Amino acid sequence: MTKRCIIIGASHAAAQLAPSLRQEGWEGDVLVVGDEPHLPYHRPPLSKTFLGGEKTVDSLAIRPKAFYEKNRIEFRVGRVTAIDRDKQTLTLTSGQALSYDKLALCMGSRVRKVTFPGSELEGIHYVRDIADVEGIKHHVFKDKNAVIVGGGYIGLETASALKKLGMNVVVLEMASRILQRVTAPELSEFYTRVHTEEGVDVRTGMSVSSIEGNTHCEKVTCDDGTEFPADLVVIGVGILPNVELAEEAGIAVNNGIVVDSFCRTNADNIVAAGDCTNHFNKIYGRRIRLESVPNASEQGKIAAASICGIKKEYNSLPWFWSDQYDLKLQIAGLSQGYDQVVIRGDKNTSRSFAAFYFKAGKLISADCVNRPQEFMLSKRVIAQNLKIDPERLVDDSTPVKELL
Amino acid sequence: MSSITFIEHNGNQHQVDIEEGKSVMQLAMDNGVPGVDADCGGSCACGTCHVIVDKNWVSAIGSANDDENQMLDMTPEKAETSRLSCQITATDAMNGMVVRIPEFQM
Repeated sequence: MTKRCIIIGASHAAAQLAPSLRQEGWEGDVLVVGDEPHLPYHRPPLSKTFLGGEKTVDSLAIRPKAFYEKNRIEFRVGRVTAIDRDKQTLTLTSGQALSYDKLALCMGSRVRKVTFPGSELEGIHYVRDIADVEGIKHHVFKDKNAVIVGGGYIGLETASALKKLGMNVVVLEMASRILQRVTAPELSEFYTRVHTEEGVDVRTGMSVSSIEGNTHCEKVTCDDGTEFPADLVVIGVGILPNVELAEEAGIAVNNGIVVDSFCRTNADNIVAAGDCTNHFNKIYGRRIRLESVPNASEQGKIAAASICGIKKEYNSLPWFWSDQYDLKLQIAGLSQGYDQVVIRGDKNTSRSFAAFYFKAGKLISADCVNRPQEFMLSKRVIAQNLKIDPERLVDDSTPVKELL
Repeated sequence: MSSITFIEHNGNQHQVDIEEGKSVMQLAMDNGVPGVDADCGGSCACGTCHVIVDKNWVSAIGSANDDENQMLDMTPEKAETSRLSCQITATDAMNGMVVRIPEFQM
């Protein structure tokens, strides 16, 4: 009998895992079950160039249809409602049962939804998939008002894209500064300055209490009574890993599906990869969950190897990027727990600098704005556990190549 | 049909058809060429689609832009003719071009 590997989620992780299965020698069937009517596509451009109109649905595809056909990777649109580990079967919403020999959980994450009076009105959107952004595009008109709820990367990228499209944009952040969860105050200050220079109204310490309108949103009201006219509301307040299916099947879950260094879950023949996993990171010496494309791809490769009985150990430095206006932010590593930040370059008047995060004298992370060399340097220093002197980093006149 | 040949670090060769207008990185992705990771999907943000272009082809494909050069500068396996393949737009004029893939993508 031909063996079958089923991948749940037509995600970034799946787009890597499926071809990697072929590279590692899997000869059986490969079936990807996803709940969107698209082949796996690049999500990061959704809040950037896809919203901005530079990218089309077709150009978002990670790989073309012909590639999957050639590699006998089959896709099915559907939602899995249950995993029966004993029988090694899945149930779809249609009631259909599918049997598997190997199963890969690549379910990713979903947006965190918020409810307040009026949150069901038309014109209120989230940013996670193609349909979300197509929904947003219906309400984009020059000189109309957009209110962004949440000053994280998604909110800020959306603000940048909508501003470029000619809308009046307000960003409402509940915390006392934007990007609070992920960066140092210096970065928050910098991004507030740039957004303000670009004409976006950034308000912090603002909690939305309601959205009003007839059938369509018209106005956002905050706790302190401030009102903002709104023809479009975009909410970006974080994402949650899709773990319920695994949890209900009795697979270990703890802030993500728990996997070992080979992307194996605690269940036989079941691996997991991407945003939905909780995994150990050797560089940081702790278990983490990442919201990251590079991680999804890397774990996809490792999980595929595991399925084929080949042990490839996960050992990657997390990294991220964010494009806003003319700023390319590249982030190396995780800054949580830092005790020192040093800045290289002029963050107060220019648009190019890097912030390096140290912990006990060791570089753990860097936020690099239009500073690709510093980003590449940081990746290397952190991943290879090299020593770098904070005082030399600050001196912008020393060429990056001489810093090591 | 015009084509480009990718050579992996281990010597494996992949001849892929050129689709004009696509990036050389996308051609590698479309054909499942191993060793081109392209983590960022082509926004010149990651440096993981590094290739070394055969020197006879350097003039035909033009030179790297500033961002690209800065990323490549810090790459250990950088060679004189290194490029980020997401920044090279394929044309039929590249028929027969050979690019080598380094052992590691950073």
